[in-house]
Amino acid sequence: MATINMLQAINQALDIAMAEDERVLCFGEDVGSFGGVFRATSHLQEKYGKARCFNTPLVEQGIVGFANGLAAQGSVPVAEIQFADYIFPAFDQIVNETAKFRYRSGDLFNVGGLTIRAPYGGGISGGHYHSQSPEAYFAHTPGIKIVVPRNPYEAKGLLLASIRDPDPVLFFEPKRLYRAAVGEVPEEDYQLPIGEAEVTKEGSDITLVGWGAQMEVIDKAVELAEKEGISCEVIDLRSILPWDEDTIAESVLKTGRLVITHEAPRTGGFAAEISAAIQERCFLYLESPIERVTGLDTPFPLTLEKEYLPDHLKILEAIRASVNF
Amino acid sequence: MTTTARTHQPEFLSGDEFSIPTYGVLAQDGSLYEGADEPDLDKAKALRIYHSMIVTRVLDERMLAAQRQGRLSFYMQCTGEEAAVIGSAAALDDDDMIMAQYREQGALAYRGFTFDEFMNQLFGNEMDYGKGRQMPIHYGSRKLHYMTISSPLATQIPQATGYAYGQKLAGEGLCTIVYFGEGAASEGDFHAALNMAAVHEAPVIFFCRNNGYAISTPSVEQFAADGVAPRAFGYRMHVIRVDGNDILAVYRATQRARELAVKDNKPVLIEAMTYRLAAHSSSDDPSGYRSRKEEEVWRDKDPIRRMRSWLEHKGWWDDDQEKSLQERLRAEVLETMKRAEKRPPPPLDSLVTDVYADVTPALQRQLDQLKWHIRRHPEAYPRGARSLDPVLASADNTDDQGGE
Ligand SMILES: Cc1ncc(C[n+]2csc(CCOP(=O)(O)OP(=O)(O)O)c2C)c(N)n1
Repeated sequence: MATINMLQAINQALDIAMAEDERVLCFGEDVGSFGGVFRATSHLQEKYGKARCFNTPLVEQGIVGFANGLAAQGSVPVAEIQFADYIFPAFDQIVNETAKFRYRSGDLFNVGGLTIRAPYGGGISGGHYHSQSPEAYFAHTPGIKIVVPRNPYEAKGLLLASIRDPDPVLFFEPKRLYRAAVGEVPEEDYQLPIGEAEVTKEGSDITLVGWGAQMEVIDKAVELAEKEGISCEVIDLRSILPWDEDTIAESVLKTGRLVITHEAPRTGGFAAEISAAIQERCFLYLESPIERVTGLDTPFPLTLEKEYLPDHLKILEAIRASVNF
Repeated sequence: MTTTARTHQPEFLSGDEFSIPTYGVLAQDGSLYEGADEPDLDKAKALRIYHSMIVTRVLDERMLAAQRQGRLSFYMQCTGEEAAVIGSAAALDDDDMIMAQYREQGALAYRGFTFDEFMNQLFGNEMDYGKGRQMPIHYGSRKLHYMTISSPLATQIPQATGYAYGQKLAGEGLCTIVYFGEGAASEGDFHAALNMAAVHEAPVIFFCRNNGYAISTPSVEQFAADGVAPRAFGYRMHVIRVDGNDILAVYRATQRARELAVKDNKPVLIEAMTYRLAAHSSSDDPSGYRSRKEEEVWRDKDPIRRMRSWLEHKGWWDDDQEKSLQERLRAEVLETMKRAEKRPPPPLDSLVTDVYADVTPALQRQLDQLKWHIRRHPEAYPRGARSLDPVLASADNTDDQGGE
């Protein structure tokens, strides 16, 4: 198995999908010959031609509206939004159109072939408009799926699954890890399940749940906590919508404690949904209140980014607070 | 209501038939084109423009170098576009509103933004008007009527229409100029802005810097038409295309546009044809999408050299003046950069201010908890710890990795 980074894994997934099915198209701002500003689509135009991999004009509502039309026609568009912060001009197309195509037409039409890829998250000194984690806005919308990979292996398998999924998928890529996350990835085609969380480490005292770039941070916190004799179970949610309540509930029934982390602001963040649902299912088994470690209820800062972000130390303190409640 | 003549054959009109000429006054050698009038630009104003161009160029060169040395996380240059930006800003009243995209530091320099003010924003220190919240080059100045930059492209364009409409109602005889790239002109916001401006007769000047590229995307992949200018017709708006590297043409066109906007309440679109000589940003490498040869062609059309030749023809400028100005500015940039680098970051409390007019109870709780946490781990948050207890974090840490 070759050791590659997350961008290479994403590029491989796109390459496999395009080779296998000529209805698969990749497009977005700077996606064509340049290969995207992060180079996730490198060489695809060379290999598959300008009709299947191309630059679009600079208009996100146009990109997603165009992709909706393509998908309704039966093509399999993989549209790139250059930064998740700039997905909002396309919000109406995603929330009112992508998500409701199948429902409103009684399944006469659907846009199941659509995948929208967008780099999200902080930790790159990107400041206010290159750091946001917008997953919770979309999680309030039935009809789309939301997937976030944590490493190169997951990125390839989940992206291939997203492209082939019968429903439209928003695929948020943790850009801090694009080059930083390196790992073994099989060269061949494989898929990972959408809608299933993964227990990445078993433990007995406390459950930790996160997704994307937070998984690395959780692992660091867990290492410190275990030195203090606290046994941690770690779960990567992987799919924000639909999300895997059973796996988390099962774990919390065992450990009696739960810490959820995400970079997005606390209020209305997806951790709020998880804690409400788990509290309903596991109330009598909980030994302490469910803890959330999140960004502040403010826009994303630049100079004080380190202070703002949920890091391993903040997670460690939450673990301690939960265990010592 | 519009009435049109009738026709009884299915004859289609096509955008192919559309092409808009380019207004030019000043040739590269500093002479005027035959038949072109020299605009009314006196010596003091001409030198103010030229001075601002050199300020912008020196700042750009020095700050890109600083970024390469790792002293700055990110930078964007305006090299090659100085005449378009400064020439247009100079044709306005200094109290007119400027809503810029991000590559218009020249307009700020013209209005008198100091090197200290530039540097404080670039380094996001405690003196930054934006309180260290946005990436470098996101300047703003209330005093100089320069709206703080927002990164999402084109969002400022319909805002400019609204701002200008407010200016009209206020009756102060002022207008708004809004700058954007030919890439940003593809956004829906652009179309909404022009339509509303035309319908509501807002005194706004839409200034498109058509510099040939939006990051790597060349303008031929951005639109099929003859540039951005023809779109004005669809909205029944005044439009002119100018040589964006020609300071006299840009200045004169914008002067006339301002008259149309303020006196007649006619919004105007100006498309300045220029070239982004630099990379898109310090994170970009243009060798991946265009040739050196293409860049060289445009280097020969340098707007600053062109203006300098004109000034020399007029006897308003010479080598000695050039040399001493350049030397003085270079020294000043270095000195102010050192000063800005040493200034502390904004205080921790600034994390929760300005979200609302007053800090809400929830934000106060979150801040208190963060302070508790940082007091337990001061070494992990040197910037935040510094404002809790300046002794805790005396050593500077700069761990920026660069953004977009
Ligand atoms: C809504 C939105 N989409 C994408 C981006 C990312 N982006 C930043 S600059 C840029 C290119 C802009 O090109 P243009 O408007 O032609 O201006 P230029 O950089 O050439 O001056 C892009 C795509 C953004 N900032 N905002």
